[in-house]
Amino acid sequence: MSKPRTYQTEAIIIKKTKLGEADRILTLYTPHLGKIQAVAKGVRRPKSKLSGHLELLTHSLISLARGRNLDTVTSSQTISSFLPLKSDLWLTSCALYVTELVNQFTVDHIENYPLFQVLQETMEELCRTDNRELILHYFELHLLNEVGYRPQLQQCVACQTLLEPTTNSFCPGSGGMLCPNCHHSQPFSYPLSVNAQKVLRLLQNSDYNTASRLKIDAKLSRELEKVIGNYLKYLLEREVKSAAWLDTLREETRAITSD
Amino acid sequence: MNHGFVPTTNAIDKLVQEFNKLPGIGPKSAQRLAFHLLRAPEEQVEILAEAILTLKQKITLCSVCLNVTESDPCSLCRNDQRDRSAVCIVEQPQDILALEHTGIYKGLYHVLHGAISPTEGMGADDIRIKELISRLQDGRVKEIILATNPTLEGEQTALYLNHLISPLNIKVTRLARGLPFGTELEYADDITLTRAIEGRQEF
Repeated sequence: MSKPRTYQTEAIIIKKTKLGEADRILTLYTPHLGKIQAVAKGVRRPKSKLSGHLELLTHSLISLARGRNLDTVTSSQTISSFLPLKSDLWLTSCALYVTELVNQFTVDHIENYPLFQVLQETMEELCRTDNRELILHYFELHLLNEVGYRPQLQQCVACQTLLEPTTNSFCPGSGGMLCPNCHHSQPFSYPLSVNAQKVLRLLQNSDYNTASRLKIDAKLSRELEKVIGNYLKYLLEREVKSAAWLDTLREETRAITSD
Repeated sequence: MNHGFVPTTNAIDKLVQEFNKLPGIGPKSAQRLAFHLLRAPEEQVEILAEAILTLKQKITLCSVCLNVTESDPCSLCRNDQRDRSAVCIVEQPQDILALEHTGIYKGLYHVLHGAISPTEGMGADDIRIKELISRLQDGRVKEIILATNPTLEGEQTALYLNHLISPLNIKVTRLARGLPFGTELEYADDITLTRAIEGRQEF
C-alpha cells in the first residue's frame, strides 16, 4: 500500500535556509518522524499566511504533502511560539545553540521521541528561567544521553574502578572520567574539580525539577562550559557556530559585571 | 542528465556558464538568455555590457551610511533637507529603497549589510556595527530607528543593537510589528497578533 499523499505532524523548527526568490527549506524536529526537511513556499513574502507559524524556534502543527525530493508544507498552526524567548537577546541565543546541537547530533528520518521531549522541555524552561547556563548544561547532558554519547561519570573508563571524590580527569576521546592512576594513559584529558563532577552526575541523572535547585557559581560554570564544550566539539569534529556567539555575549556580560 | 558544463572556449558556452552563476538562473534559462543576446541588435548588447561594467566601476559604499552609491557621501547623506538627528538601521541597501518609496521618512540611514545569525556563524563583527557606533559618538544623533527584518535574525540584531546603543543616551525605537495590509486576521500568528494588540493605537 502506498503512503498517503499528505500527513500531519507536530514539529519544532530548528533551522531554515533560503531557497529561490521567496521560499525556504526548513529543518523540523518532530516527535515521531525524527528530523525532516521540508520546503515552505512563499514564506519570505510579507503576506504569507504560513510565515509566522514557520519561524525558527516555533512549535507548530504542520501539514505536509509528499514530494519527489522534499515534502512541502501545506498548512501550519502555532502550538507555542515561545514568545519570551524571542524578546530576549540571551535567551534567543541560548535557544539557537540548543537547536543547532539537535540539528548536528541527529540524522534525517530517525525517530527519537525522548530527544524531542528534551528539546521541548528545554525551550519551555528557557522561557521561564533566570538560570540559563544551568538549563544549557542540563540540555547538553540529556542530549548526550539520548543520542548515545552519555559520558561515563561514575567509574574510571580505563580501570573500571569507582571514582573517589577527588580531582579526576575527563577524557573526551574515551567518553568519560579517568582516575588519577590512569589519566597519564590518555594525552588529552582535563582535570575536573569534585564539585564539577558532582554537578555533572546530578544533571545527567535527574529531571529538570531537581536539577533547577542547583546553585552554580561563576567559576564552576566556566569549568562546566569548558569540559562539556570540548566533549561536544570532539564528538562533532567541528565548531558549534552559535557557541562562539554565546561566548561573545558571556564575555560582554562578564566585562560589565566586573566593572 | 548532465548539469555540469565542461569549460570551453566556445563564446556561447562561456556566456551560458556565466549566466548560470547568477541567482535564480538555471542551465536552461542561461541558454535562453545567451541565445536571446546572440539575436539581439548589437547596440543593445553593448548597452548591457557597459551597464554591467559601470556597475562595478562606479558603485561604492557611502563612507557615512554604507549605502551603495556612485558619489561619496551618497545623495541621502549629502541632502541638507534631511533630519540629521534620526538614523534608521536597515539590513540591506534594498531596504532603503523600500523605505524611501513610502516618502514618509526624512532622516538618515545606516546599512548593516547582514544580520546576526549565530547558527550561520554571523556574529557582531561580521556586520557593520562598529561603523555605526563610531558614527554615534559625536552626539548629533538623537534617535535610532531599528528597521531590521521581523525575523528571528533581524530581531536578535535589533536586541543586540539596543543593548549597545541604549547606554549612549540615544532614544532607540523599533518599527512597529503588526498585521500587514491586505491580510486576514484568521491566519495571523501569535507573535504578530500579540504585538499588534500591544501596539494598538487610538483611532
